[in-house]
Amino acid sequence: MRQTTKYEFWVGLFLLLGIAALVFLGLKVANVQGFNEAKSYHISATFDNIGGLKVRAPLKVGGVVIGRVTDIELDPKTYLPVVKIAINQAYHDIPDNSSLSIKTSGLLGEQYVALSLGFDDGETTEMLKDGSKIIDTKSAIVLEDLIGQFLYGDKNKSEHADAGKESAEADSQ
Amino acid sequence: MIVNMISAFGRTAITFCRSLGSAGFMLWGALIGKPQIRKHFPLLIKQLHVLGVQSLLIIMLSGLFIGMVIGLQGYVVLVDFAAETSLGQLVALSLLRELGPVVTALLFAGRAGSALTAEIGLMKATEQLSSLEMMAVDPLRRVISPRFWAGVIAMPILAIIFTAVGIWGGSLVGVDWKGVDAGSFWSVMQNSVSWSYDILNGFIKSLCFAVSVVWIALFNGYHCIPTSEGISKATTKTVVNASLVVLGLDFVLTAVMFGAG
Repeated sequence: MRQTTKYEFWVGLFLLLGIAALVFLGLKVANVQGFNEAKSYHISATFDNIGGLKVRAPLKVGGVVIGRVTDIELDPKTYLPVVKIAINQAYHDIPDNSSLSIKTSGLLGEQYVALSLGFDDGETTEMLKDGSKIIDTKSAIVLEDLIGQFLYGDKNKSEHADAGKESAEADSQ
Repeated sequence: MIVNMISAFGRTAITFCRSLGSAGFMLWGALIGKPQIRKHFPLLIKQLHVLGVQSLLIIMLSGLFIGMVIGLQGYVVLVDFAAETSLGQLVALSLLRELGPVVTALLFAGRAGSALTAEIGLMKATEQLSSLEMMAVDPLRRVISPRFWAGVIAMPILAIIFTAVGIWGGSLVGVDWKGVDAGSFWSVMQNSVSWSYDILNGFIKSLCFAVSVVWIALFNGYHCIPTSEGISKATTKTVVNASLVVLGLDFVLTAVMFGAG
């Protein structure tokens, strides 16, 4: 009987050690946010191109995280991506003419949504609340489009310059 | 001679299938049945002590040293790219996803798996299993079943302890010795480690490894040739087969979980 209690004690200690390790992993390593889930309200926004944005990407104002992307879907009628975002309830004074843009953190980092506050003229602007839509959105910068503009934009410019020169010569004659 | 080789190959395949079948039968007999909590719970506790608590020392020490080595090697390479603040992410992800479950399984197979095989093989050789049957005690439910459940419970816990100690060891080397900024170390790690994608997947892996290692150990003990040479062969087979199965299963699980289609 004494032997059984000795075994039980050590096995109990072993299990406690395992639980402590799990808690350490959860809190200090993975930063599990689920337990201190602050109240949040949900808004949605439509973009032309979300680039590499993923669900649970942060929403930042001036670099400070105030919310998270909860859902990314295509609008069934217009086939444009609709992004649903949950914003911390503590930030309830955001005017609804604010704009959203998709930026990249660092050079190779993952993408996040940046919110620039619109102005509040005191009378007509409403604050964002649950279910609001943000209309002013800028899409993510897609590298291929950028390169395409660089390569073919020059050709367009030189065509314009030639056409300008021809019309100038035609005028002067 | 070619005919002999081919027929030997066929014989090996048939033996493999038969042993797979008898292993399945053994596990079925051990697990299926009315759970007799009052009789079997003390046995489970004793086996948890033997398999889990007595493996703690080797698991924690190995975890500590592996974490420190990854921290050191990672720092040496990352500092060339001025990216040493990502050291925490490197240590945590490699331990959580791969090294934690796999190395724990290999160490467990070597230490606890061989002990299980030798113990059950000796029980078979000294005819203790047959005496149990003659006393109308089912040896599968009294001997095999507590050891199986103890192994399946203990090994994932050991893997978690290994990973936690390893991450702490990596932080010892990175932050305390090499001078990586403590705040960035932990915050970059927290940003990149996801509960469901990394920690849970690592836990599922260690669960699969636990079942395979303990099953192989018990099967090799239960079906060994009941001589001293047979027991030694069975113990070797346990360690070799369990290690190979763990590594092969690791690749399959990694492809499924992290291969992204």
